[in-house]
Amino acid sequence: MNLTPSTTKRHHILSVLVENKPGVLARVSGLFARRGYNIFSLAVAPTDDDRLSRITVVVDVESAPLEQIVKQLDKLINVVRIDELAPGDAVERELLLATVSAPADARGQVIELVGVFEGRVLSVGYDEITVSLEGSPRKLDDFTELLGNYGVVALQRTGRVALPRIRRRSAELSALPDAS
Amino acid sequence: MTTNGGAALIKALELEGVDTIFGLPGGAILPVYDPIIDSPIRHILVRHEQGAGHMAEGYAQATGRPGVAMVTSGPGATNIVTPIADAFMDSIPLVVITGQVATAAIGTDAFQEVDIVGITRGITKHNELVTEAADIPRVIREAFHIATTGRPGPVLVDIPKDIVDPTNPRSAMEWYWPETVDLPGYHPRVEGDPALIEAAARLILASERPVVYAGGGILKARAAEALRELAELLDIPVVTTLMARGAIPDDHPLCLGMPGMHGNYTAVTAMQESDLLIALGSRFDDRVTGKLAGFAPDAKIVHVDIDPAELGKVRRPDVGITGDARLVIEELIVALKALGAPDAQPDRSAWKQTISGWQEKYPLTYEQSEPGELLKPQFVLETLRDNTPEDTIVASGVGQHQMFASQYWTFRHPYTWINSGGAGTMGFSVPAAIGAKVGRPDRMVWAVDGDGCFQMTAQELVTAAAERIPVKVAILNNAYLGMVRQWQEMFYEERYSEVYLSPDLPDYKMWAEAMGCVGMRVESPEEVLPAIEKANSIDDRPVVIDFRTDSREKVFPMVPAGRSNSEIQIGPGES
Repeated sequence: MNLTPSTTKRHHILSVLVENKPGVLARVSGLFARRGYNIFSLAVAPTDDDRLSRITVVVDVESAPLEQIVKQLDKLINVVRIDELAPGDAVERELLLATVSAPADARGQVIELVGVFEGRVLSVGYDEITVSLEGSPRKLDDFTELLGNYGVVALQRTGRVALPRIRRRSAELSALPDAS
Repeated sequence: MTTNGGAALIKALELEGVDTIFGLPGGAILPVYDPIIDSPIRHILVRHEQGAGHMAEGYAQATGRPGVAMVTSGPGATNIVTPIADAFMDSIPLVVITGQVATAAIGTDAFQEVDIVGITRGITKHNELVTEAADIPRVIREAFHIATTGRPGPVLVDIPKDIVDPTNPRSAMEWYWPETVDLPGYHPRVEGDPALIEAAARLILASERPVVYAGGGILKARAAEALRELAELLDIPVVTTLMARGAIPDDHPLCLGMPGMHGNYTAVTAMQESDLLIALGSRFDDRVTGKLAGFAPDAKIVHVDIDPAELGKVRRPDVGITGDARLVIEELIVALKALGAPDAQPDRSAWKQTISGWQEKYPLTYEQSEPGELLKPQFVLETLRDNTPEDTIVASGVGQHQMFASQYWTFRHPYTWINSGGAGTMGFSVPAAIGAKVGRPDRMVWAVDGDGCFQMTAQELVTAAAERIPVKVAILNNAYLGMVRQWQEMFYEERYSEVYLSPDLPDYKMWAEAMGCVGMRVESPEEVLPAIEKANSIDDRPVVIDFRTDSREKVFPMVPAGRSNSEIQIGPGES
């Protein structure tokens, strides 16, 4: 299984607020295809305002200049707002599900690994185990790499969701650790 | 007032000021055609839906008002895809209404069902499938707003049969007309940033070899007057791209004519040698720039466009201004005057002399044919140009005849040149000319066409004859797909592959007559003028003249594809 790290510098996040109308996702994804841009991952869901949805797109900026992607996206009538989230400027989360080969003699090690990463065991079989992990994409990358030692049977990531990192008001507050 | 979706649709079009619909009915759109009988809107029944689309484009380009086409679902809708793509490339405001199968049948591969919204997503400014009758007035209002504001373009509205069919309860609705449009994601910026306008003014005033690079956006923005004022204030030469011919009169001393692959030597070379290109409503199309790395290497760029995505798409501007060309030029003139223009400029007499030297040394030339030889297309166009009113509207197809027409016509007014620029759609001219004549019945309208193009859409002359739309068509019949032949001659060692069409199959004169037009054939130079004069005197039906032209004639100057504009060839074997 070829697992490309999801947190390289060539990936930028676009947080795209769109009207919640039929076909909007097709417009956005179709635009990427037509203009020759590569999408690395995509997550879509309604926002707290039921007229709007948020599409979080991770773009491979080596495929085309980010500025052109943003400008072309902005021309879509149903796109309301685009925020460009540079790595480090965003709070990012992603969810991973994995089924791992775990016969009785390895099962304990896998469960221990899941515990270290604060993941969850969702289902246990005779020689396989399905686990979940939520966290930053980098944490999921690390976890995925370690799971590889046990043999990954199936793995699915959601693609990341992201919001702009909150600007803190004072230097002291900024010095406080950030949950992400 | 209780009404139904079909009646509401026609009423909405009336309220948008639509006076003409180009269309062809069919099953899914049938209910909408019934209220047309009682509407003051003129419907022009085309013979093929592609014709409806190009007519709407010609109408829009000649009048500045959005063109409207209406067709049925399935093949009706797919037949109008090419004009939609054409309008998208050339930023032409179009509202296309397509019938769709009933909402309950959508997605079932029903008879005459296609996903036209999906098909046209990438070639419309916006499109929408309406699913409720009550949405029709709002969606039509939005469609016209989107098509005509910002960067204009085609908008498609797909309407299922059940919501317009008065016998179906789903079509019932209360009539309303939205006073405003509410599109939270659509706010085109029309006013330029004052700081950027001042920066542009400073670059212009410092420039020693400036050229205004005027594009189709000048015409879309109704900015021809402003452009002329700017050029005259600063005494700066202007090139007009294929989409901007007529934006400043060709006989104006500052007009250098058309740049690009088949542009004249002076226009091409002035851009190459300039130190500042003032790009107004132009988009650095590959047919203008040639090989990008070698394009205008010393030029700084001021780029004004209504579409921010054009700024930096091809060439990074030194000053990029998003805004409406007319408003920005007017503000630029104010800023320039505040900075001391026209006095506060360098002495540009050397640059002007260089340019006029090129004009003298490298005019457009061709060799007149010997007696007994076929006509030169340039000679036909010169004779037509000199024997038609100066505000004649010329609509061309795509190919050699298009380039000859753009080169040899003298455009003295904006909106007198209608052609397919970005998409390069063969078959454009006949229906576009018909649409233009419908929009401007006061003007003489000539279609300049090639024999290859003519065969693609000639059936619309039946429409023109039936509707008494007296357009005139000059076929430059060289019996070939001429531009392809030219490339095969120059770049494929004269290996002519699938380009021969025959001069008299079909017999164009008989074909014209069969379609209710006057048909003529012209084979020798002395017959050219009498035929044109006869055509000009006919005003009750279309006229077609089959001019037999020399297939060996090639379009020059030419910058071969992929080469730098500095490698312009001014004639056969000359560079």
